Order: sequence, then structure tokens, then C-alpha cells
Amino acid sequence: MVAHLVRLKLALLRNGLRRSAWQVVGLVVAALYGLSVLVAAVAGAIGLSFAEPQLRGDVLVVVGSLVVLGWWVVPLVAFGVDSTLDPRRFVTFGVPRRDLLVGLTLAGLIGIPGVVTALGALATPLAWWREPLAAVAALVGAVLAVLACTVGARATTTVLAPVIGRRRVREVVAALAILPFIFLGPILNGVAATASGVGGLGGIAGFLSWTPLGAPWALAPAVAAGDGVGVAVRLAVSLATVVVALRVWSWALDRTLTDPVSAGGDSRARGLGWFGRLPATPTGAVAARAATYWVRDPRYAVAVAIVPVLPILLAVTAPGASLVLIAGPAAAFTVGWSISADVAYDGTAFWTHLVSPLRGVADRWGRVAVAGSLGMALTLVVVLGTVWYADRWDALPALLGASAGLLLTSLGGASVVSAAVVYPVQQPGENPFGTKQGTSAAAFTSQMVGFLAVGALGAPTAVLALLAVVRESAVLGWAAAVVGLVVGTAVLVVGVRVGGSMLDRRGPDLLQRMRAFT
Amino acid sequence: MPAPILGRVTTPAPLPQPAPGPLPGSTPVGPAPVPGAPAITLRGLWRRFGQKVAVAGIDLEIPAGSFYGLVGPNGAGKTTTLSMATGLLRPDAGTVLVHGVDLWAHPVEVKRTLGVLPDGVRLFDRLTGAQLVTYAGLLQGLDRPTVVSRTRDLLAAVGLEQDADTLVVDYSAGMTKKVALACALVHAPRVLVLDEPFEAVDPVSAANIREILHQYVAGGGTVVVSSHVMDLVQRMCDHVAVIAEGHVLAAGTVDEVRAGRSLEERFVDLVGGRITGEGIAWLRTSSD
Repeated sequence: MVAHLVRLKLALLRNGLRRSAWQVVGLVVAALYGLSVLVAAVAGAIGLSFAEPQLRGDVLVVVGSLVVLGWWVVPLVAFGVDSTLDPRRFVTFGVPRRDLLVGLTLAGLIGIPGVVTALGALATPLAWWREPLAAVAALVGAVLAVLACTVGARATTTVLAPVIGRRRVREVVAALAILPFIFLGPILNGVAATASGVGGLGGIAGFLSWTPLGAPWALAPAVAAGDGVGVAVRLAVSLATVVVALRVWSWALDRTLTDPVSAGGDSRARGLGWFGRLPATPTGAVAARAATYWVRDPRYAVAVAIVPVLPILLAVTAPGASLVLIAGPAAAFTVGWSISADVAYDGTAFWTHLVSPLRGVADRWGRVAVAGSLGMALTLVVVLGTVWYADRWDALPALLGASAGLLLTSLGGASVVSAAVVYPVQQPGENPFGTKQGTSAAAFTSQMVGFLAVGALGAPTAVLALLAVVRESAVLGWAAAVVGLVVGTAVLVVGVRVGGSMLDRRGPDLLQRMRAFT
Repeated sequence: MPAPILGRVTTPAPLPQPAPGPLPGSTPVGPAPVPGAPAITLRGLWRRFGQKVAVAGIDLEIPAGSFYGLVGPNGAGKTTTLSMATGLLRPDAGTVLVHGVDLWAHPVEVKRTLGVLPDGVRLFDRLTGAQLVTYAGLLQGLDRPTVVSRTRDLLAAVGLEQDADTLVVDYSAGMTKKVALACALVHAPRVLVLDEPFEAVDPVSAANIREILHQYVAGGGTVVVSSHVMDLVQRMCDHVAVIAEGHVLAAGTVDEVRAGRSLEERFVDLVGGRITGEGIAWLRTSSD
């Protein structure tokens, strides 16, 4: 039975690859990445073997603990990472519980992260080749650590599935999860700064070596140091971790099998919301729908959440410099461009527009109105904030004018692009981190071409504004504002016209393509 | 719970009736409906997906005021045909006339007169049920008071008034069908085209929906439904067309098509593919 489960996992992997060439490319890239990590791990282990035993143990414990923690936490955020072998699919088969648990544990190691973790852990004895007894202990520790990784990951995901399964929670978690990645650089800097000096590392390692995260990795150092009590306690903690995780997983599995998760929530909204406030015209209705989605759909929320990131990042990396002033125009451009995949975001729900006597131009204006108002407000806040921070009030007209111009330009460009191409995007409720299959190169190219075209149209404004800020010239500043507003308005009006008539002609073709994605 | 809903359905007053002509306030550009023309005329409709020809030259005439059933096995081309007849899919060749007006030449004018419920597509499911129906009404160009009162009536008629403020994403499959039907009805179209409207709908709701559709036909509207439940089509519809492999095998009134037998028998005859014989011997529990 265990062999069956492992074979099933392999078959799923193989069939997934057969579906498209991009899958193979993705696997190859991931494998190369995994290989490089593995090479680094082996080289690190050999290199460590020449260091003094104390440092050797500390490094292994800290790095190893991070690996275990990663296995326990990452699947919660990037949910669905290993749902290929969902235990619920085995309910109708009479698989003994023991076999199911063992089989799923082993199957969990199939895949790039599993293989890299297992081989990397098995490389740790290399660090102890001069003390054979410690090397054996490292091998035992490695096996226990890998078990703690896979079984622990299963335990955390199964226990928290009812919570994570709730739509709202998953969406919020997934939307927030992107933030640490954006702040990864500053966070690492901070951590490195506090933990600099071997004293800091030793302190952290000393603490971690008694916890379930670090205990398996601390077996070998304890043996090398001849610390009998330390070995016994760490072994006990490691074994207990695996056993407890198994028990918890088994118990949680029983609960999910008999009491399946319902994705439903108490999501209700009183009244008509934006539909009651905006004008009762087709354009107003499109705007009301878009406004509702900007609030309720995390895919749009992410676009807004990214806006404050750039100024903060610039202020942190280059404190006091005028560089932060580019955040305003950049935010304007980003928010405007965020509707460049709006039809793809609608997905097949776009049929509602197609069966209506709705002109493409009305559709375009409705979407532009919402993104434009939101973009104006956000840009105003960012521009005022950065000007205040850099104390460059002389640059205000240039920045405001240029930002507004860039917003209008990118809205106009996005109105054409989103009517021209659709490509598979995350549908509402899907994990924003899950990779989407079948994104065609053509769709990607046309997005890039549109992006570059908008960039070219916005370039005169941007250059004038840049010169105005650098040379502190009021004349150039006003020129940037005027050019920005004139060019932006023209691009927007033309873009909406062109995009609208494209939508009138090609709307059904777009819908057909989106139907084929699913 | 069923009783009060049934009671409300049988009060005919609030339900939108098919509008006789262009909406008030809309400027009549383009051709007006031709009096006496069939509700829908399909001529030589073709559609190919890659190598597969899904619809291979379909001619069909759906009389005004009829309750028309479209039946066929899985993959027969029903959904493709209905998509082309409603402006959701461009035909490779052929014409679609709705009350005598070419749909693909004058989409905006024709779409005012069509109510559509497609199958296998998403809805704007981050809206509440009430918002979704309101959205459909406003897109059709109705004014706000009309949309608000019709939304209330329709949600009550399909039994969703309790769930009007719930997000559609949290609806069950049957509730989703019902709210999509309300969207198709909100502008009181002259022709209703419904793809699998009874799929996943419970019997009580299905009875309510049938009641609404019958009233609608009695008021002069035309209904086209696709289904693979023969029994339902035989009881509910007055006309039927049998489609298989992209061709029309038979079309006409239900009595003409079934020729004295049950529609299901006639359908199996026309389409073929029944497998007869010994069956699966080992599937008997006694052989254990």
C-alpha cells in the first residue's frame, strides 16, 4: 500500500509534466535551483568540518531549525502545495490508517523541496567525519529531522485546515504573505545586524537545540562534546516531536474526514452598496461593480497594498535623499496599469457584459473611473508624504502634474491592453502564489509591448519632471505638469475609444479564450 | 418553506412580462423587430474548435411564443449552438436572426430583447445576489427604481429573498442557477435562452421556475431551454429539436417529433448508442 501511494505520487508528477512544456521548464528550473542549494549544503557541511566543533554545532542547529520551521509554516501560506495526495480522496478506499500515514509521509518527500531537504540532511554527517561517533549521531539526527519536517508539515496543515479553509482567512493570509517577501532584504539586514558576532549565534543555537526545531540537529554536537545527558534529552525531544506530530495528524485527519470543511462564511453585505450610490447608467453599474471588487477581491487589494511599499523602501535604503520623490509618479503608474488585465480578472463572468447591450466604451469608462479615482487619491497621499519627507515643496507642481499625467497615460494604455489580450490569471479565491499553467508567450509579449508603449508615451512627462526636480527649476516643473496632463488626457481618451471598439468586435473571442483556460 | 414561495409565484402581478418593443427612452437606432418573424432563426450555423467541428451546419426555426426544448447527448453541440445564438460565441459561418434582426450585425439592438442563462461560466460572485441582479438590470439600461423593484420581485419568485444579501460565491450550485435566471429575466426580454436551467436545482425550485417560465410564455414570450432530461422536456415544452454531433436530427412540435412514442424512446432511436447484451456479470452481489 505504501508503495502504491509513492507510485501514485510519481504518476501524478509525470502526468502533470505531460500536460504542457512549460511544466517541464518549471521543473527543470526548480531542479537546478534545488541542485544549487544542495551543492551549497554539501559544500557548507564539508567546509564546517574544518571549523571548531562549537561553531559547527551552532551553525547546523540554526540552519536546520530554519529548515524545519519552513516545512511547518510555508504550506500554511502557500496552501495547496501538496494537495495532490489529499487524504480526503482516499476516504472511499479501505486503506489502513497506518499505511496511509506512512505512505503520505514518504510521498511528501517526492518533489524538489523533499529531495533537497532529505539529501541535504543526509549530508550533515560530512561535517563530523573526524569524529565517527558524532557522525553516526548526525545521521540519526538527520533522519529524525526529515521525519519532523514532513510529518510536522502534515500535522500543521491538517490541524489548521478548518481555519485556513475559510475563504476570508485564506484570502487575507495569502494577500498578507506577499509583504514579507517584499521586505525580505531589510528584514535580513536587521537580523544579520542583531545576530552579528558569534556570541549572538551561540545564544540562539543554545536555545534552539532544546526545542523540537533544533533538537535533532543538536545530537551530533552533544555527542562530540561527550555530553551524555544532553544526548539523551535531545533524542527524547526529537522522538517525541515525531510521535506527537504523528498523533496530532492522525487525530486531525479523523476530524476532517468525518467533519469536512465548508468554505462558507457569514459573508453578507447590507443593501446595494456602490450600486445604490453611483449613477444608474451602464457605465455607473460597471464602476459600481469594479469598486465593489476593489474592496472585496484580494487580487485588487494586493495592487493597493504594494503602493506604500516603494516610498518606505526608498526611505529606508536612501534616508534623507530626494530619491524618494519618484514614489509618487511610480504609484500613479502602477495603479493605472493594474487594470491592464481587468477582463482576464473577470474570467468567464465577463459573459454578463456580453449579453447586455453594453458598448465597449461604457465598459472601459466604468473601469477607468474607479481605478482613476483610487489612483488619484493614493497618488496625492504618496506625493504629499514624500514631498514632506524630502522637504522639497518646490517640486510639488512638477510631481503632482507628472503623477496625474502618468496615471491617465497608464489608464489609457491599460484600457487597450485589457481588451486586446486575456491570459490565465488567478481566479477569485485561488491562492495568489499558485502558479498558473498555460500562460502563453503571445499573451505575455503583448502585455510587455503595451507596458513599453505606455512607458514611451509617459517618458516626456517623466523626463521633464525629473529635470525639474534635479535642477530645482519651477519653469520645468510647470512644463512637466502641463505636458503630463495634456498627453495623459489624450492617451486616455484615445485608449478608451480604441479599447472600447476592440471590445465590441472581439468580446466574444475573449470569452471563448477564457472558457478554454478552465 | 415551499408553500409561501409557491403562493407568491402564483401572484402574477409583479413578474416582468416580455416588453412589446424597444424600451422607453432608448433611441431606436438600427432595424426594428420584424412583425410575424420567428423568435430565433438559425441558418447554416458552423463552428469548429481546432480539429473538432462542434456545430456542423445547424438550421433551426424557433416560433415566437413557443416553449422550445433542445435535447441531445453530451457533447452534441447544444451549448455551442446556444452560445452562438446569444452573442457569446462568434460562428465561423451562418446567421442568427432574433425576431428577424441579425444578431451579429446589430448586437446592441438584439441583446435588449434577449435574456440569457449560459452554462459552465462563472458569475461576478463577489457581489451579493441582490447586487448581481441589480447589475444585470443596470447594464441593460433600466432605471434604478425599476431595477430595485424587479430585483426584489425576482429574488422572491426564485426563493432567494432570504439570501439576497449573501455573496453569490457562498451560494450552492442550485442557488447560483436561480440567481442567474433572475439576471436573465430582469429586463423582461422577448426571448429567453436557458442552457441547462434545471441542473442542480431541487424539485421544489424547479417547479417554481417552470411556473415562471409558463407564465412568461403565456404572456407572449419565447423560451428556449436545453436539457438532457427527456421527461422534463416532454412535459414542459411544446416544441423540441434533437441535436447530435453538431446536426439537427429532428425538429418540430413535441408530438411530431415523438411520433406516438415517448420522447426518450424516440431520442434513443435517433441518437443510437444504446448498449444491450449480457451486462457485467460480476457486478451481481450474489456472485460473491
